[in-house]
Amino acid sequence: MKKPLKVLVYGYGNPGRQDDGIGNEMVDMLNEWIPEHDVSCIETDSNYQLNIEDAEKVSENDVVIFVDASKEDISEYKFSKVIPSGEKVEFTMHAVSPGFVVDLSKKLFNKTPDAYLLQIRGYEWDFKEGLSANAKLNLEQAYQFLTRKLSELSCIRVNKSINMLD
Amino acid sequence: MPKKITIEPVTRVEGHGKVTIQIDDFGNVRDSRLHIVEFRGFERFVQGRPYWEAPVLVQRLCGICPVSHHLAAAKALDVIVGAGTGTGLTAVGEKMRRLMHYGQFFQSHVLHFFHLSAPDFLFGIDGDPLVRNIIGIAQEHPDLAVQGVMMRKFGQEVIRLTAGKKIHGTGAIPGGINKNLSIAERDELLKGADPLNADKMVEWSVGALDFFKNYHKNNQEMVDGFASFPSNHLSLVREDGALDIYHGVLRAVDNDGKKILHDVDYQEYDKYIEEEVRSWSYMKFPYLKDLGKDKGWYRVGPLARLNTCDFITTPLAQKEFEEFKAYTNGKPNGMSLHMHWARLIETLHSAEVIRDLLNDPDLQNEDLVTKGSKLHKGVGVIEAPRGTLFHHYEINDLDQITLANLIVSTTNNNQPMNTAVNLTANAFMNGQREITEGMMNAVEVAIRAYDPCLSCATHAMGQMPLEVSLVNEANEIIHRRTK
Repeated sequence: MKKPLKVLVYGYGNPGRQDDGIGNEMVDMLNEWIPEHDVSCIETDSNYQLNIEDAEKVSENDVVIFVDASKEDISEYKFSKVIPSGEKVEFTMHAVSPGFVVDLSKKLFNKTPDAYLLQIRGYEWDFKEGLSANAKLNLEQAYQFLTRKLSELSCIRVNKSINMLD
Repeated sequence: MPKKITIEPVTRVEGHGKVTIQIDDFGNVRDSRLHIVEFRGFERFVQGRPYWEAPVLVQRLCGICPVSHHLAAAKALDVIVGAGTGTGLTAVGEKMRRLMHYGQFFQSHVLHFFHLSAPDFLFGIDGDPLVRNIIGIAQEHPDLAVQGVMMRKFGQEVIRLTAGKKIHGTGAIPGGINKNLSIAERDELLKGADPLNADKMVEWSVGALDFFKNYHKNNQEMVDGFASFPSNHLSLVREDGALDIYHGVLRAVDNDGKKILHDVDYQEYDKYIEEEVRSWSYMKFPYLKDLGKDKGWYRVGPLARLNTCDFITTPLAQKEFEEFKAYTNGKPNGMSLHMHWARLIETLHSAEVIRDLLNDPDLQNEDLVTKGSKLHKGVGVIEAPRGTLFHHYEINDLDQITLANLIVSTTNNNQPMNTAVNLTANAFMNGQREITEGMMNAVEVAIRAYDPCLSCATHAMGQMPLEVSLVNEANEIIHRRTK
């Protein structure tokens, strides 16, 4: 029998900067959703930023979904594959990108999970807690999308092939 | 033709700063400066807020050493709620805070050594910049890179279990703490699966020290001569002179080891320390009032702490301390790259303290908070990984903060970092016809040794990288480097 898939949803951002905390908010919502569904293979984590040591956590999973706020001109949300890349080394090692973390997981732990980035459009970034009204609407749509995808990853369906981009 | 070099941003540090180096017609360095170019405003933000919010609010200063700000603020508020000045907490209150603090120290020092500085040692200061980074280490020295990652993770777990979260936790409150450590949490750290346990962290810390000492042995002239200069040194020490990063009295020594600040109570820090403002940087320049601004500046951080303290309380670190002191015949050590040596001795000390604390049953006590009579002013001082950190608050009868003054570690090291930049620019660039990337990285290596947190020092907002520029005597930029 195959081992159940291990899935990590990792939301990151600064909840003290309004919509930047949208990834953390998504994780809070999932933490209520997970116990109510047959998805015990799904683990969540959240932080202010991605760090080097996250490579170890990422390496322990088969599928990793990063959730972050976006300033880009996208529609409500955008779901894309993360390409491992160590090419762009930032000026600081205190905060790194999803591609960097996945690349580090590959180089240090010889594991490359299937990784995705869910970007959710934000609008306001002031020194306040709480999402803007429009960001809340985008979060709700992204939540519906993500929970539908995660339902398909039910730990029971261990033989199901995964293509999160379908 | 005279010129000015700009390095921007300085890399592998936290925050955004730039360096300018002025070179005359003969190719000699005339002047150099480390500029901090963001503005801070945290002291103003907290005014009017209820005082009990401060430990949670001020740690938003920094995503790198939030625990230090959290604890320094909590210590200041201990005074305000009448819980004494660092020694009035319950046993579990003080020990949980210490565990949190040593966990922060451990992970911060590990990040600095393994991920920020080791690339310069392993690939050379003038090594290929495309390889001279964490990815280069992961490819060429994977065992070392994995150790760095796992050690940092262990430190983060200590923080999570004591503060409630890895970043911006809420564990310390005025007068104490809001949780103790359960047996299960204790065992997670003490007996965790290999390598995530306290014994392995001690073992790996010894290994990191051996790595540095071996590098030093093979590169003694460079390590000893790089940005070496005399200075005063300041830190907290325990009342008996032991290294203590959580609580103690303020001590400063001069370059000969003579005490120039005699173990004073930090509640009166403003009697002894003054801050100078200069027009070209948002970072202030602190100095000892008695000696004046020209002679009173001092270094803080790992090197300063080992120069001011008399001994270390844990056996393995004490043995290393004795070797460190013997290298300079017991005199204060002014060699900037020895900061790494001192930092690794403190890393080992932190691992030993964490292990000792985890074995202390007081951590499971339930008397979490001390109460007393309210005062209107409190000062909290702590040794953050980068050096001495001051938090000073005053409140009104409505419990609102009316005054906040913070002197962060990197600010205390402002003049030493400028001195180190100047020495390095002279050593590497004087008389050179061409300024190479390796020469500019040497300037960064000097800054990096101090592990500055530039965002913290200026309370800046957003992303903050560091830049070097070459200007002529008319102050026109000839060459600029931005990273």
